[in-house]
Amino acid sequence: MGGDILNEKKRVVVACGTGIATSTVVADKIHEKCKEEGIQIDIVQCKVTEIGNYISDADLIVSTTIVSQKTDVPVVNGLPFITGIGVESALEKIIDILKK
Amino acid sequence: MDIMDFLKEDLVIPQLDAKDKQDVIIKLGNLLFDKGYVKKTFVDAVIEREKKFPTGLPMEEINVAIPHTDAEHVLKPAIAIGVLNNPVNFNNMADPESELKIDIVFVIALNDGHSQPELLQELISIFQDSRILISIKNCKDASSIIACIKEKFN
Repeated sequence: MGGDILNEKKRVVVACGTGIATSTVVADKIHEKCKEEGIQIDIVQCKVTEIGNYISDADLIVSTTIVSQKTDVPVVNGLPFITGIGVESALEKIIDILKK
Repeated sequence: MDIMDFLKEDLVIPQLDAKDKQDVIIKLGNLLFDKGYVKKTFVDAVIEREKKFPTGLPMEEINVAIPHTDAEHVLKPAIAIGVLNNPVNFNNMADPESELKIDIVFVIALNDGHSQPELLQELISIFQDSRILISIKNCKDASSIIACIKEKFN
């Protein structure tokens, strides 16, 4: 195991249009997968318009809608968790980023 | 509470004729208002939100849309379903510039998503099952639409 790096909590911002519907489903899936992988995370769920308030110390943004905010934080499209199409590759991207 | 507690025959419109997405939202939103699930502001709030953050979802065979809005417009959680006679265009959630032909619309009135993750998971498992969406699309009345969904969760 990667020792110290994996023991450090990663911060994930999960966003959608209202911050209550699709982001709830996406946050659940990420939570589940990270538990499986032994990655410790804190998830913040918000509206995509409020993303600016939460990304200063974030490691990853997952959003079901377009993120117009300019940021250096990597963004992964969360729609696969809703449509069921492309879930594996989305999870792979997320885990890759969080294991860095 | 599971999804069957939120699905009610009197909140389902089979064989719905609508000229555009706004028309669908008005028809389903007014139904939720008439039955006391949402405030009068709900319909306009959903229409406004749909313009900024579209909710069309590209599924395998039958596309669905899930218009919804902020919790402040909702009194009691509920889901209204419209099965369209002819598809209408909604914009794609992940790619708002592109349009999708939508056959089934679920207007979701949520007062707090965090307390209802199972509801949302179950709803999404319906969308991901093209067999169910096809049978919903072919149903002629509200009770058989509810029965189709019930069968999945039994």
